Amino acid sequence: MPASIHATPPGAQASDEGLASYRSVQRRASMRALLLALPLIVFLLSTFIAPIALLLARSVQNQEVADGMPQLARALNAWDGNGIPGETTFAQLAAGLRQARESGQLGTIARRLNFAQPEFRSLLMRTARAVNDDAPPAWKPALIEIDERWGTPETWRLLKRAATSPTPDYLLAGLDAQVTPQGAIASLPENASVYRAAFVRTISISATVTLLCLVLGYPVAWLLANLPDKQSNRLMLFVIVPFWTSLLVRTTAWYVLLQPGGVINSLLSSLGLTTHPVALIFNRTGVLIGMTHVLLPYMILAIYSVMKSVPPVYMRAAKSLGAHPFTAFVRVYMPQTFPGVGAGCFLVFVLALGYYITPSLLGGAGDEMISQLIAMQTNTQLNWGLAGALSAYLVIFTAVFYFIFNRVVGIDRLRFG
Amino acid sequence: MRTPIKTHCAAFAVLAFAAVTSHAAETLSVVTFGGAFEAAAKKAWFDPFTQATGATFATESYDGGLAKLSAMEQAKNTTWDLIDLETNDAITACDEGLLKKFDKKTLGKTSDFIPGSISECAVASMVWSTIYAYDASKLKVAPSTVNDFFDLQKFPGKRGLRKSPKVTMEWALIADGVDPKDVYKVLATPAGVDRAFRKLDTIKKNIVWWESGAQAPQLLADGAVVMVQAYNGRIDDAAKKDKKPFKAVWDAQVYDFEWWAVPAGAKHADTAAKFIVSASQPKASADLSKYIAYAPPRKDAIPFVDKQRLADMPTAPENFKRAVQINANFWADNADAINKRFQVWLTQ
Repeated sequence: MPASIHATPPGAQASDEGLASYRSVQRRASMRALLLALPLIVFLLSTFIAPIALLLARSVQNQEVADGMPQLARALNAWDGNGIPGETTFAQLAAGLRQARESGQLGTIARRLNFAQPEFRSLLMRTARAVNDDAPPAWKPALIEIDERWGTPETWRLLKRAATSPTPDYLLAGLDAQVTPQGAIASLPENASVYRAAFVRTISISATVTLLCLVLGYPVAWLLANLPDKQSNRLMLFVIVPFWTSLLVRTTAWYVLLQPGGVINSLLSSLGLTTHPVALIFNRTGVLIGMTHVLLPYMILAIYSVMKSVPPVYMRAAKSLGAHPFTAFVRVYMPQTFPGVGAGCFLVFVLALGYYITPSLLGGAGDEMISQLIAMQTNTQLNWGLAGALSAYLVIFTAVFYFIFNRVVGIDRLRFG
Repeated sequence: MRTPIKTHCAAFAVLAFAAVTSHAAETLSVVTFGGAFEAAAKKAWFDPFTQATGATFATESYDGGLAKLSAMEQAKNTTWDLIDLETNDAITACDEGLLKKFDKKTLGKTSDFIPGSISECAVASMVWSTIYAYDASKLKVAPSTVNDFFDLQKFPGKRGLRKSPKVTMEWALIADGVDPKDVYKVLATPAGVDRAFRKLDTIKKNIVWWESGAQAPQLLADGAVVMVQAYNGRIDDAAKKDKKPFKAVWDAQVYDFEWWAVPAGAKHADTAAKFIVSASQPKASADLSKYIAYAPPRKDAIPFVDKQRLADMPTAPENFKRAVQINANFWADNADAINKRFQVWLTQ
């Protein structure tokens, strides 16, 4: 305790020594803590942070052309980008195509360029097949002869863009924007804009799910916190068991329940409440039901843990001072549970942002969340640059939300039980 | 529903068993689309090959696409020895150097293979088709053409379609009056794409989208749809094995080859190549059709196929009248652009 050290007058020196030894003890303790945590840190770095960083880095990397046809990439980077380049660049294109074909990288380059423009792939493939013969007197007319697209400035502009790394193109594509031939940034036409709408949809679904979880979860948490222990523990089981059950199992269960010929619809029609099956699945309703059910335990547990620590005396005091029970509840009890509400909303919202399986099984065409689009780019389109860019936006958005939450509620309030 | 965990457990059990019983025999790690096809391939091809050579198989299932293969090759740790590919993936993977070149000569006589069924890196394993199916116990009048699929007046109710522009765009154009022969010519123009979307607009509100092949017969069985686009083998399987009253409509079927190939970094590449040769022999090629309604890709195999079974095949003359072969090159060039428009259209 520094205060007691300062209290001893002859000890200016002693206090310094004491402070130094105190600090070295502190340092040793924190070193020991670090060493104990080291395996976990290394594990997280190698299996979590590094792969994520690598994926995010792909959103600006543009190495396909530079790796497969290095001379051409250098020539294109040196070229001013006006109109069509000269004979030497054409010759390098021919040499580059042959080289890439031999090294097996032509397909990768062709796929990369097809992202920029449809049929660029077949243009490269066809040209590469044709340039295997003897060198013509001049490559420029020869290549334009093979395919007239080599004579258009747009083809060369796109090739130059693909040869420049790092590139902003994927990050722009993730926001439905592109660089125009004039060099300005412009939005894509409406019939090619997917991602901005998908981000808005993801946020609106997540926010709705959060709200539903709050409305449904708050009373349950209150009940759990205020019942006698024995009953409360039994009731808790109904919250915990779904929490422990696999997400896929729960989603599939809803898939069965919500069918037009499923349990819920059969029940409704046998009770005579409906004549036609109600559309509960393959639409927004299905997504909201499924996601709310899966995420509800997080909300309940977060609020419950705070409610447990609210002393009952304040409510009693409020009532004894003449407050109506409802007023006492709203003005005295509820404000004390806000940290739990904040923590629950934060958890549910952030988890919902990345949802994938539930909307893809229970949702319809208009309910695609951003994770589904990222998965499509990763698995079927193989456009890992765009997948990286979309993931980067998702990470940034989550980080911003985390920052706001930490400011407003404080992340240390996040706990279960 | 597919059960990957089960498959993994099975794969692990096989691996462990192989490790205990013999050190010499190899275990080929093979990845297929799983489900009924994997079960059929096991009986027709894997088991006989194990008997003949002692090499065992560890199976894994996937939903197509090259992401995993590509990642394995980049990490230089390819754990697959044999891969079951769709045509467009087979072309792209070969172009990108993800597959080993296949030596055609090892196949022996190849003149009777259907043209285009042997490529630089892969050999066709069978012919499969995308058709649409209905539940005969629920529809009083049987639909017979692809136009009926788009006719909400005659056949009210939901339709199941794969959430992909492939095949769906082709069907929309054919139902709109385009000759099956010209479908890719029309689809290559922006006006053709617009036309396909306009036709799809007419049934958009009644479409239920599926993503995994096993979902299609399930949707029909659940009564969630009255007609569903599906792979012919899955429907035949549900009709024959599960005794479902499902009927396939072959009009404007879109057929394709399925391919065997060996990944470039495969650890048991030679054995895998030997397997491809053994599974491609006429008798073996025909054997698959005993277990699933997919057709052999070579003419010499036809005499080995059961006469009655032949009628369930995509290549049966009765079924083949207005068949369209999927144009994998068209899709390799245009999938990015059309997919994007498809995504926009879906959410409009």
